[in-house]
Formats: sequence, structure tokens, C-alpha cells
Amino acid sequence: MTSTLTTEQAKALSALPDASGHFGPYGGRFVSETLTHALDGLTADYQRLKNEPAFQAEIDKDLQDFVGRPSPLYHAERWSAGIGGAQIWFKREDLNHTGAHKVNNTIGQALLAKYSGKPRVIAETGAGQHGVATATVCARLGLECVVYMGAKDVKRQALNVYRMKLLGATVVPVESGTKTLKDALNEAMRDWVANVDNTFYILGTAAGPHPYPMLVRDFQSIIGRETRAQSLEKIGRLPDAVIACVGGGSNAIGMFYPFIEDRDVRMIGVEAGGRGVMTGEHAAPLSAGQPGVLHGNRTYIMEDENGQIADTHSVSAGLDYPGVGPEHAWLKDSGRAEYVAEDDEPALDAFREVTQREGIMPALETAHALSYAKRLAKTMRPDQHLVVNMSGRGDKDILTMAEIDGISF
Amino acid sequence: MSRISGCLSTLRASGKKALIPYVMGGDPNPLVTVELLHAMVAAGANVIELGMPFSDPFADGPTIQLAGERALKAATNIQSILGIVADFRKTDDATPIVLMGYLNPVERMGYPVFCEAAHAAGVDGLLLVDMPPEERHLVAEHCDRLGMDTVFLAAPTTVDARLESIASSTQGYLYYVSLKGITGSGALNVDEVADRVAHIRSLTDVPVIVGFGIKTGEQARAIGQCADGVIIGSRLVATMEALADKPDEIPSAIGAIIAEIRHAMDTPA
Ligand SMILES: Cc1ncc(COP(=O)(O)O)c(C=O)c1O
Repeated sequence: MTSTLTTEQAKALSALPDASGHFGPYGGRFVSETLTHALDGLTADYQRLKNEPAFQAEIDKDLQDFVGRPSPLYHAERWSAGIGGAQIWFKREDLNHTGAHKVNNTIGQALLAKYSGKPRVIAETGAGQHGVATATVCARLGLECVVYMGAKDVKRQALNVYRMKLLGATVVPVESGTKTLKDALNEAMRDWVANVDNTFYILGTAAGPHPYPMLVRDFQSIIGRETRAQSLEKIGRLPDAVIACVGGGSNAIGMFYPFIEDRDVRMIGVEAGGRGVMTGEHAAPLSAGQPGVLHGNRTYIMEDENGQIADTHSVSAGLDYPGVGPEHAWLKDSGRAEYVAEDDEPALDAFREVTQREGIMPALETAHALSYAKRLAKTMRPDQHLVVNMSGRGDKDILTMAEIDGISF
Repeated sequence: MSRISGCLSTLRASGKKALIPYVMGGDPNPLVTVELLHAMVAAGANVIELGMPFSDPFADGPTIQLAGERALKAATNIQSILGIVADFRKTDDATPIVLMGYLNPVERMGYPVFCEAAHAAGVDGLLLVDMPPEERHLVAEHCDRLGMDTVFLAAPTTVDARLESIASSTQGYLYYVSLKGITGSGALNVDEVADRVAHIRSLTDVPVIVGFGIKTGEQARAIGQCADGVIIGSRLVATMEALADKPDEIPSAIGAIIAEIRHAMDTPA
């Protein structure tokens, strides 16, 4: 299936955001005046540094020697054969240092912090993967690190909380609101407003006010660039579709962005269907929400009839977010990308299946993308190819799985 | 001239300073708020900033966050806030009211619907924390037609070129945020604020009102030396938190604080 966009339309999409941070009607900068100066400064620093060879060289070196890139493109032959449809490939972001794609972004942003002379770093985290990736990079660069994490997530991701502490970070449980990722993001913005002189805010997903969605996308796009080259080499052509899970949307946009102008490649984002999109207990704003304004940008959100942000549910903490990056909102409306939702149960099934068929234990977030890939592969021919972004490994989820299995240690 | 501009220019002409309390509408329940507003006016408030609760108030500290949570728990929404304003207007058509909140609930209601309803209820101005001047176009047509003011913030970090554009976009008054931080935080540095306000005044004639961190009558008087008025928020909201179980006592307790600050502001140092 070729996307209905013309070549020119696809080109125009990949030229976004515009100077004010808009992706079509989405994105922008809906923040209080107290943050405007900091965001302007960040935009200017990034525009200046991104074309500086020394800065880019330092990122490339860190990605190679510290993160372990390039990450392999792996053919999941046994799983594919069992499904009996398309060939499924995994882009192995789970093999990155710290175990997920998140580190691609923290390497980039922490170097921005270093180059702009900010000794203190703050971050928000849901599953704890971004917090761990931030704490890791800060340890290496000698930056102070404070991570905000919803109190509910602190409990369900206890292992990652301890990892961050071992790395020397301070983890602050956030007790306000729903005590999850969205509230951690609120608290990080509050900290930043008050400490803007010495503090760099490393936002963990492709959301938030401009320039964050652009910044995070640019740093994560290494995923799609490598995948594109590896596909040509290993498959001999581009894949028929690329598939990624969508929380805030950073691993997905990193995979999608380099493929936007390849109109023959379907791009499919998989949100968390939770207990079922029909039950209202989910985290699938693109599938079942509507446009609104949250965390400094216009995008699809989940809200009640009064415009209050809704409670979300997902078995995976990293997808448990009522908004989504604004570029995805525009990719959806423009028809270039498709978005679907996978519920808790099939995601858990996919987690077990891939673990036992391939010896690769995926993160619960990733398991949502795997579950959809299986559905789609079944409808395709064996000479067709799907790439799933294996956004992270499942070690962090072992306690959650054990609890589901009724095992306590 | 809008009710806000009329009120502030009368005060300026008489050498008095505006005292502007901020309270959260519907805290701890919508039944309390109308009497509270009247009590604040009786004690010497000139303009009222009425908060509309939002689930994700990222520019607010814990005190105002909790006030919003109490209000939302009591099922406060835009309709009930506008009901409060309409009730208040039955016996007070002089005191300007500015609604303060976040964009999303307003967007959900729909900008034209919201603006019409707010105007009909007797609202004079709108301050949406996460709507910068660049996004004023969302409400511009409706606010301009109805004569409802859009109030914008300036911060200690706002650079000059931007200050000028904020000063030319804001209506009624310019809200100068006196410190880097969220509501309820930090210690106020009066000298620093005075310098900044003097600078803003050299750029614009619009009244400059200072808020964030002002808690005592003495601070209010000091700020009044340089600005057109002060906004008192977190101190009032903290008092309301302490009285959340005894809402009947809120109007008189808040009225007493307003009277104390009014007295200090009107008494020469
Ligand atoms: C392994 C993994 N995948 C995906 C996500 C979702 O985030 P995003 O949508 O920004 O990629 C997370 C977030 O914590 C994660 O840890």
C-alpha cells in the first residue's frame, strides 16, 4: 500500500516543524511566560550547535563507544515462521547501553547541557528508562541529576528507581494529580522555571513545548537512518512497514522520520489499548482522543468533557501518558502514518511469545508493537518485510510479570 | 474603556494602588466563592482574579495545585465558575473580574462559546497562563468584539524586544511575575522588582501589577511604591486550605487578611 500523499506533500512533511515549532496545526509553544526565555535559549543553542562538526562528532563518538551503536537489524526467523506471514525484523534498540532507545536522546541533550554550561540536569520519567538513561549520561559527564517520577511509577518500577540512585541521581516521587508520567512532567517544568539559570531540562519524549519535539526527534532519528541502510543491505530493499510503540512518541518518531519521504513504506504507531479502548481505560490519544493543549503543545490528548486531562491506564508505565508528540498528530491527520491500539492482554502474550521463540525479552512497551506486528504479518506474504522497533529490553518488567504470574521473591 | 482600565485609571488618578486577590473558584466548593468575593471587595480588593481549576497546573506550586484539586473534587467546571461570576454580578457591577486558568478546558468548551458565556456572566478579562501573546489569535476575534480584556504576563527573564510586544498585546494591565519560579515560591526581592518595573514603565503606559511571592502588607506597600498594584494569591489560598473543613469561616478570614494588607498599602511608610 502506497500512502496517498504526493512526493511534494511528503517532502513538505519532513521539512517540519516551522520556525515557531508547528507541525501543521499541532505543536507550538503553550507555556507560561516564565519559560519562554529558556526555550528560546535552548532553540538558539541547538540551532548553533547542530551544525558544529565538533558537537556532532562528540555525539557520534558517544553513540558508538558508549551506547554501542549501530544497533543490529535482526531477522526474527523462528517467530516469523511460526506466524506464517511476513518476515519480521527487530531493530535492536534493546541492546543499547541502559537497555532502551532513550539513551540516544539523553546523549544528545546532555551534550547540549554541557556545551551550554548548565551543571544541573532534571528529567521526568515514567517507566524509569529515560530516568536511567539521563542518570547514566550525567554520571559520565559529572552533571548533577534530579529525576521526577510519579509516585505510582516509583512503586511499579522499583528496580529502575534503585538503578538511578546507584548512578548518583536524586529521584523525587511526585504525589500530585494521577501520580504518573504526566505529573512528573509538570513537576519537572516547575523545577525548571525556578532554576532556569543553572539547570538543563532533558525531556524524555518527543512532546512538550517547541523545540523539544524537534530536538528529541532529531536525536532519535539515528534509529530510522540505520534501519533504512540496514534494510537495503539485508533485505535488499526498504521494508513494507515500520512499526513502533507510541507513548510520548520518541522511539516511533525516531524510526519513522527518515522514512517519511519513502511513500511505499507504511508507518504504524501502536498505542496502549489498556483494558480496551471501549472501556475508556487506556492510553491511546491518537486512536481515541481529540486535539487539545497539554504540556506546552497542541496534540491529541485524552480528556473529560470539561477539558480536564483524563486518567490513563496501561500495563506498561512507559506508555501510560494522555498525550503524544505533536508530529505524530500531524502524521496521523495528514494520512502519512497509521495509529492503532493494542490492549494489555495481547501485549503480555506477545512478550511471552517473543521471549520464548527468539530468546529476546522485550520491554512491555515494545510488546505492544510486537503484538500488532504479529496481527499484521499474518495478513501478509512471506516475501514481505516488517521492521519492529525493539525499543527496549524487558529486564525492568520482570517484577511486573512475576506479580501477574503470582510470584513474589 | 473596559471595567478593568476604568478601575485602574481611577486608582492611578487618586494615587492609590490596586489590591488584587487571587482565589481558586470552587475551593473548597462552589457555594463558598460568591460570598468570599463580596467579602474581599468589602475589605478593600479592587479587582478579582478568579482561578479556574485545571488537572495539570504546571505553572503553580503545591498550594494552588491543591486548591485546584479541591475545586475539581467539588465538581467545579467552567460553567460553575461562570455561575459564580453571574451571582456575584447581581449585587456588584463595579468590581472587575479576571478569569485565570489554563487553555485546555477553555479550548474544550470552544473559544466562541466560552467568550460569549464569560462576557454574559460579567467577566472583564482573561488570563490564560499557557496562552502566550503569539496564540492570542485563538480568542482575539471574540474578546475584541465583546470588549473582554486579554491580560498577559511578563517575567524576570523576559527580554526587552519581547517585553515591548507583551506590553502592546496586554489589555487592562500587565502582570509582572516578580520571581523566577512557580506560584507560592521563593523570597521576594523588592529592589530587584522595583528596577524591573521601572524599566517596564519606561516602555509602556499600561498599568503594571506585580504578583508571585507577595504575602505581607509590608511587601505590598513596598511594591506599591513602584507598581500600580499587587496580586496576593498563595497566602490567601493557604488560608483557605487550612479552613477547607470549615468553609463558613473562609469569607471572614480572607476578608481580614485583605483588610490588613489594604491598611498597610494605604498607610504611608
Ligand atoms: C522501552 C520503551 N519503549 C517505549 C517507551 C515509550 O516512550 P516513547 O513513545 O517516547 O518512545 C518507553 C518509555 O519509557 C520505553 O521505556
